[in-house]
Amino acid sequence: MNKIEIKDIHFYYGDFHALKNISMNVEPNSVVAFIGPSGCGKTTLLRLINRMNDLIPNTRLSGKILVDGNDIYQKGVAIDRLRKNVGMVFQRPNPFPKSIYENIAYGLRVNGIRNEKFIRQRVEKTLQDAALWEEVKDKLKKSAFELSGGQQQRLCIARAMAISPSVLLMDEPASALDPVATAKIEELVRELKKEYTIVIVTHNMQQAARISDKTAYFYLGEMIEYDKTNIIFTNPAKESTQNYITGRFG
Amino acid sequence: MNKKHTTSTKYETKKRFIQRFTFTVIRLFSYSVVGILILILSFIIIKGIGVINWNFLTSAPAEGMTKGGVFPAIIGTLCLIAGSALLSFPVGIMSGIYMNEYAKKGIIVRFIRVMTNNLSGIPSIVFGLFGMVFFVNKLGFGDSILSGSLTLGLLCLPLVIRTTEEALKAIPDSYREGSRALGATKLQTLRKVILPMANPNILTGLILSLGRVSGETAPILFTCAAYFLPHLPQSIFDQCMALPYHLYVISTSGTDLEAQRPIAYGTALVLIIIVLLINLLANILRRHVGKNIRIN
Repeated sequence: MNKIEIKDIHFYYGDFHALKNISMNVEPNSVVAFIGPSGCGKTTLLRLINRMNDLIPNTRLSGKILVDGNDIYQKGVAIDRLRKNVGMVFQRPNPFPKSIYENIAYGLRVNGIRNEKFIRQRVEKTLQDAALWEEVKDKLKKSAFELSGGQQQRLCIARAMAISPSVLLMDEPASALDPVATAKIEELVRELKKEYTIVIVTHNMQQAARISDKTAYFYLGEMIEYDKTNIIFTNPAKESTQNYITGRFG
Repeated sequence: MNKKHTTSTKYETKKRFIQRFTFTVIRLFSYSVVGILILILSFIIIKGIGVINWNFLTSAPAEGMTKGGVFPAIIGTLCLIAGSALLSFPVGIMSGIYMNEYAKKGIIVRFIRVMTNNLSGIPSIVFGLFGMVFFVNKLGFGDSILSGSLTLGLLCLPLVIRTTEEALKAIPDSYREGSRALGATKLQTLRKVILPMANPNILTGLILSLGRVSGETAPILFTCAAYFLPHLPQSIFDQCMALPYHLYVISTSGTDLEAQRPIAYGTALVLIIIVLLINLLANILRRHVGKNIRIN
């Protein structure tokens, strides 16, 4: 069964038709990359999968998105439970003004978990999974703002994993980071694929080629092409895709 | 060195001159602001420091206000500050939170915002008139600390709302989204992430609004302030003296204006010191509360 099914999506910001008739499937434990020039709708589509666009006023959606076979835009869907299952990592690292420990614990606490022993285990486990444990294990009580940008972003990934989602949405997670930090994030994404289904928006085509199983190319709100990553980058079916990945525009 | 780099063209000389001239003018203007402030402060301090002593701070006016101190007025002003804070802080903070975090950005919020801005533009004497008609007469609170506090509270309400809103607006949405993406509700996000970040700024604004309240005369003129009360107020339904009103009274009426003059300067100095102390407190609290919080 597909992990995520997107069916006939149209999305509007006011009068602006931001996504036009998008349909695609994402298989479990795979990495899908969304690429395309700025303003093509890739981030908008990503944010539809955990209903983050609900926070933006004056928007309109038609079509269906299924996660694990359930329509997430159906009436009566518990949005907090959806977001527990579909975690998100943002473009700029946005740790809370709390300690490293409390940043990870936050997601558990707001979801009603009080058991401090369990929380401590989750903090250690997710920091290890995010390849950050060795760097921070002696300063868990220190402010998260003391970490470097790359560490902050890995902290945010750990924070997203702490509430045990099955899907991770990543919105250009490495765009604010230097090459070394970027390499660490990419390595992490490849590793996390074993446990999570990952959808990642990126501006960096080499990054998409390096880490994704399938790639979707968007242009002006339409999904031009969606296929296995090696096909998109070596033998795309559409000329527009070819032009974009060879850097002729975008 | 190449000669080209060491000599200036006419145009370069000119643009450097304009640069220097402009910034000299700007610097002079900003220095003059400080100068005026220092002038006013030192004037009041020099004139007022002579009468200030322990007796002045702890006794009531005496002998037709030509002797004695300002103790009841200090206490009255402190009562009014506390009373207006009790009204305006909860109402104002919650309105600010509602408008920035909860209300849909639309015509209603815009309307409320325009109205609050208009409210802050209303002359304070009009608040005084309203306070007299509504609190003193209609609600029957009489000339009292209660009426005065309510009137002053209304006066600084727009400021409190505005401060809260601005402080919340300064927190980037990425923190709200980060929290909501973890399944937190709006209220959890507000309490655990947004307010801790906004608190230093909210607090500063609140305390500064107290400074404003402490110096207002017009709103308490018809609602609370007593010309002369040798004893302290016993309840919130009593009248009280207040420093700004006392200053007005002893500067314009009384038995012997000349003899009252030094006391007027002393009163002004006490008032200024209270306001400066409040501002100092705002700075200290801001630094203390905001110690571990940095928005990056």
